[in-house]
Amino acid sequence: MSSDNEVRYLSSHEWGRIDEDGILTVGISEHAQDLLGDIVFVELPDIGDMLEAEGESAIVESVKAASDVYSPLTGEVIEINEKLIDEPEIINNSPLEDGWFFKIKIDDDLQFKDLLTEEEYNDTCED
Amino acid sequence: MVDFHGWDMPINYGSQIEEHHAVRQGCGIFDVSHMTILDFEGSESELFIRKLIANDVRKLLENYSGLYSAMLNDKGYVIDDLIAYRMDNGFRLVVNCATRGEDLKWISARAKEYDVNMLERDDLSMVAIQGPQSPNVLKNFPAPIDFLKEKKRQQGIFRDDIFAAKTGYTGELGFEVILPNEKAIDLWNIAISEGAKPIGLAARDTLRLEAGMNLYGFEMDETISPFECNMGWTVCWQDDQRDFFGKESLIKQKESNDLKELVGIITDEKAILRQGQKIHLEKENHARGVVTSGTYSPSLKKPIALARLPKSESTSCFADIRGKRVKAIIGTPKFIKEGKLIFKEKV
Repeated sequence: MSSDNEVRYLSSHEWGRIDEDGILTVGISEHAQDLLGDIVFVELPDIGDMLEAEGESAIVESVKAASDVYSPLTGEVIEINEKLIDEPEIINNSPLEDGWFFKIKIDDDLQFKDLLTEEEYNDTCED
Repeated sequence: MVDFHGWDMPINYGSQIEEHHAVRQGCGIFDVSHMTILDFEGSESELFIRKLIANDVRKLLENYSGLYSAMLNDKGYVIDDLIAYRMDNGFRLVVNCATRGEDLKWISARAKEYDVNMLERDDLSMVAIQGPQSPNVLKNFPAPIDFLKEKKRQQGIFRDDIFAAKTGYTGELGFEVILPNEKAIDLWNIAISEGAKPIGLAARDTLRLEAGMNLYGFEMDETISPFECNMGWTVCWQDDQRDFFGKESLIKQKESNDLKELVGIITDEKAILRQGQKIHLEKENHARGVVTSGTYSPSLKKPIALARLPKSESTSCFADIRGKRVKAIIGTPKFIKEGKLIFKEKV
């Protein structure tokens, strides 16, 4: 999977990208995978789950630490990246492409613009 | 990099799991210069060390051989764990960095009554080379380190200010070298050119945990008995004339029935066991035990942990992991040795 579409972020290190109309793909940032180190387990939401913006959506566990993953926007889960269950290292190797977590159907494209731009997100990481 | 008690230390150089496998399958090199090296000389150095630590350096028949021991307080609890080596004119103790201050205070106060002189060797660095390929790396080292190849486990050599012994913290074949600071970088570079991979603190932890080796502050501290952290075997009772700090209390501890034990636990669930998680024995509701160190085992590809539990017949237990009770099987407090599974389930 590859996309040139704009990626936006939560300060809690998740990214979202609108790859198709009304569909948001979600994952964790390069910085987050680097902080976590080797990721060994992932708990994904179920298809059909309703997620809330900034609500808990998944758990990612590295040798170092367990961390909650929050959904950038509100929406219904329509697809999950099942490959991550057996090969969680994909997240370390390709956090923004092959290591996506799930896709949600969003009601409101406008809220996407409220998320942090890449530049804004990078600024929060430097603190 | 992380600040570890005043030392800048790498958590990992790249992937900590790849570093782990490098040691289990090939050869890894660790900069462990943060460890505190103490040399003891003087006419009563043997008398003093035999009093100071719970294992007995009388067992060291050869110079430069070492043994693992606890240093106990008067209550018979663990102030530190260490390796003691017999040297030409006395003894060398390698103690933990995190406990350096307390150790020095304890030792200096007690050394006063003996003809013994303690010298902290901050002029020395320490490097560990570990893994099944370490003998090959060793062969190509210049003298005197290459002389180690004639030696058995726990034995060592010492020449030209370079001390090396077949000891380690990974459960693999390997050796540790203590040498003048200015010679350490050359040693490091030779090892790397021979194929050794640099290993950070994170992989050091998963390696020692798989090997069932204790980490001070986790498995034991100054409130824990050696019998409750799988260090009972390091207490030497052979010479009943010998007194050592904590001996009297240990004899009392042995008679008590409420000592807990350190066990190994493994779970098939996808949730990592971590330090501090509470452990419930089967059919019991209140927590009776605790995870002392837990991690994901790169060798077994499963969560493993060392845990302190009350003695019982139970062969399994439940760990509280983020609100869930996760079943784990109980067994020996060691998992891997020389790349092979040695964990034995309790039956």
